[in-house]
Amino acid sequence: MDFRLNEEQQMLQDTVARLVRGEYSFEKRLEFSETEAGFSVDFWKQLSELGLTAVPFSEELGGFGGGGVEVQSVMTELGRGLCLEPYLQSVIFGGGLIDHAGSDSQKEIWLGGIASGELQAAVALQEPQSFYDLNNVETRAEKKDGGYLLNGRKAVVIGGHCADVIVVSARTSGDARDSGGISLFALKSDTAGIERRVYPTIDGSKGCDLLLNNVQVDADALLGEEGKAAEVIEYQAGRAIAALCAEAVGVMEVANELTLDYLKQRKQFGVPIGKFQVLQHRMVDMMSELEQARSMAILAASVADEEQSDERRRVLAAAKNVIGRSGQFISEQGIQSHGGIGMTWEYNFAHYAKRLIMINHQLGDDDFHLEHYASLLQAG
Amino acid sequence: MNMNYTTEELAFRDEVRAFLDEKLPADIAAKVKGFRHLSKEDHQRWQKILSAQGWYASHWPEEYGGVEWTPVQKHIWDEESCRYGVPRSVPFGVNMVAPVIIKFGNEEQKQKYLPRILSGEDWWCQGYSEPGAGSDLASLKTRAVREGDHYIVNGQKTWTTLGQYANMIFCLVRTNTEVKAQAGISFLLIDMNTPGISVRPIITLDGEHEVNEVFFEDVKVPVENLVGEEDKGWTYAKFLLTYERTGLAGIGLSKAALSHLKALASRRIKNGRPLIEDTTFSQRIAKVEIDLMAAGISNLRIIASVEGGGMPGAESSMLKVKGTEIRQSINDLARRAIGPYAIPFVEEELNHDYDGEFLSDENAAPLSAQYFNNRKLSIFGGSNEIQKNIVSKMILGL
Repeated sequence: MDFRLNEEQQMLQDTVARLVRGEYSFEKRLEFSETEAGFSVDFWKQLSELGLTAVPFSEELGGFGGGGVEVQSVMTELGRGLCLEPYLQSVIFGGGLIDHAGSDSQKEIWLGGIASGELQAAVALQEPQSFYDLNNVETRAEKKDGGYLLNGRKAVVIGGHCADVIVVSARTSGDARDSGGISLFALKSDTAGIERRVYPTIDGSKGCDLLLNNVQVDADALLGEEGKAAEVIEYQAGRAIAALCAEAVGVMEVANELTLDYLKQRKQFGVPIGKFQVLQHRMVDMMSELEQARSMAILAASVADEEQSDERRRVLAAAKNVIGRSGQFISEQGIQSHGGIGMTWEYNFAHYAKRLIMINHQLGDDDFHLEHYASLLQAG
Repeated sequence: MNMNYTTEELAFRDEVRAFLDEKLPADIAAKVKGFRHLSKEDHQRWQKILSAQGWYASHWPEEYGGVEWTPVQKHIWDEESCRYGVPRSVPFGVNMVAPVIIKFGNEEQKQKYLPRILSGEDWWCQGYSEPGAGSDLASLKTRAVREGDHYIVNGQKTWTTLGQYANMIFCLVRTNTEVKAQAGISFLLIDMNTPGISVRPIITLDGEHEVNEVFFEDVKVPVENLVGEEDKGWTYAKFLLTYERTGLAGIGLSKAALSHLKALASRRIKNGRPLIEDTTFSQRIAKVEIDLMAAGISNLRIIASVEGGGMPGAESSMLKVKGTEIRQSINDLARRAIGPYAIPFVEEELNHDYDGEFLSDENAAPLSAQYFNNRKLSIFGGSNEIQKNIVSKMILGL
């Protein structure tokens, strides 16, 4: 039993850590957030030049052939910097869906660019009524003119405002919540009929809702087999969950470091407030929550690229549930430990707190995953 | 044991309802209920209506223009006004400095300031907290040195709510450094337009400008602006804080927020059915509703205990802790109820005159921001940790 990273993995993590430390100060992040892209195009370029956007892809694609642990190493450090770049959306999730379901020619069109960072992908799987259930798809794709005609609305597509390719789920048959009948399409972002409602997100990023009005695509936009996408989506969402858990751990690490520093520095009643037992115990609880989260992120990373099974499903649901709860605990208790200063825009803690809460709204919150886990409970 | 309102109290409630039905402007109520921004003008427009009714300064003595409602009447007003979407009165003038002036100020101060609070001519803000003096308020450092007919004030206040609108500030200042911290503090009324005062906004995590820093550099304050005696300000400050604390449990606001949450959960869909019918979510709502039911009765018990006069004791500290936790839970659920739509921050939908299409729900836009903003509830007005210290010391004797 050995939980340490191997030499290569450690080097990978150190590389990302160095880059984030050097390029991603809190002040710079606020500036990146204000740009049209909502992230740093330069930083993205640096990630790709170091080969980091290629980490999970196979060597034939110019990739690194990395698995869950390599992805975890990258994501944790991006989390520490509250980095806004679309690594999760493009490299892990969008790239993962195309890699999993796409034909050789589709992979050739998209994956080289995604792995090199020249192309950016986004995923559009949620809908206004879907409430985290990715099988809840009302967007329709009808066969027309040798291709498909797409109509519907996709909700909260992070990075969708500036992606080159958007992986969209649409129903080719079946009823609104059937797992059968869902298909995936790789949509070029400039396809006629795609309308965007772009907005900033409360944690400093950008996204959009996509309104698909008679979007006509060729047959070769279909990714994988028609009507059989539910399994692909579930599997790749699982990889994305593991990556998101790793990011959350990085965010929590810094949130706890900031809080601990503050407890040591801030004086009231003539002593550092960290001398008060109630705050000591709270800090200990925050640390225990982080360690629970870290354990689950490690476990999630270890199953992320395993074959699908109920055990994999359980682990990923459990991990996201724990991350959701511990993230909220650290966010709220960290603000409380800081007092008013923890709520100000000018101090970085608040931004860590916001990201932690919003991670709970991505890919299913703690309630959603608790229910999912309960549905997979094994008899004693 | 009788938990019912008397006939007179019921009649009062009818009177309140009739007044609000007739006089509360619909646009203001809609903003309050939808958690949208209120302008300074909105506050002032409503204050005029309330003043005309004679209800603005409900707890002041009649001779100064109050109506001296009983605690139960005040409670009825709170409940009804939350239900109707009445804007909360900005408390710093009418509810905070006024009771201090009435109890400890001289006749000249009463004649000068109270009518201007009633008319809305003066907008007050509070100069208590400092960067180094939060929970440990008595360690404040802002200095006032007597020079002839003036005090010269130097220092900095922080978390000054709505200070950007205020023309008057009441301040705790240090006038004596020779004695122990609490004994050297004085209570000064300061005109914000005096040279040497500057106000700097503090933007909170939800992007809002609600609080400020206020800087004092050689600010000349006439000695007649001292309330009560020099170096006795801590007594007045504590008196004011008991007033502040009684309203902080926010039971009425929680009831309004809960009703809003239930309406929202009836509109949102999960698994093809209204979210409010979902087992997990309905149990979460039920739990907070039950907690609120209990806190509501605790609140009434405290009100009943002071019906004959006096101020509530440390019990109100317990209620502040419970009440703020409940409101934060309701905000948490409202944010959860919109699922992925908690992530977008569509600020334009917060504007009262927004007439575009709503991204998801007409009330979704403020929910995440409000959840984050209301983390302040357990911090301000004496943090919940400080409230527990009070209970532990005053009630438990620990």
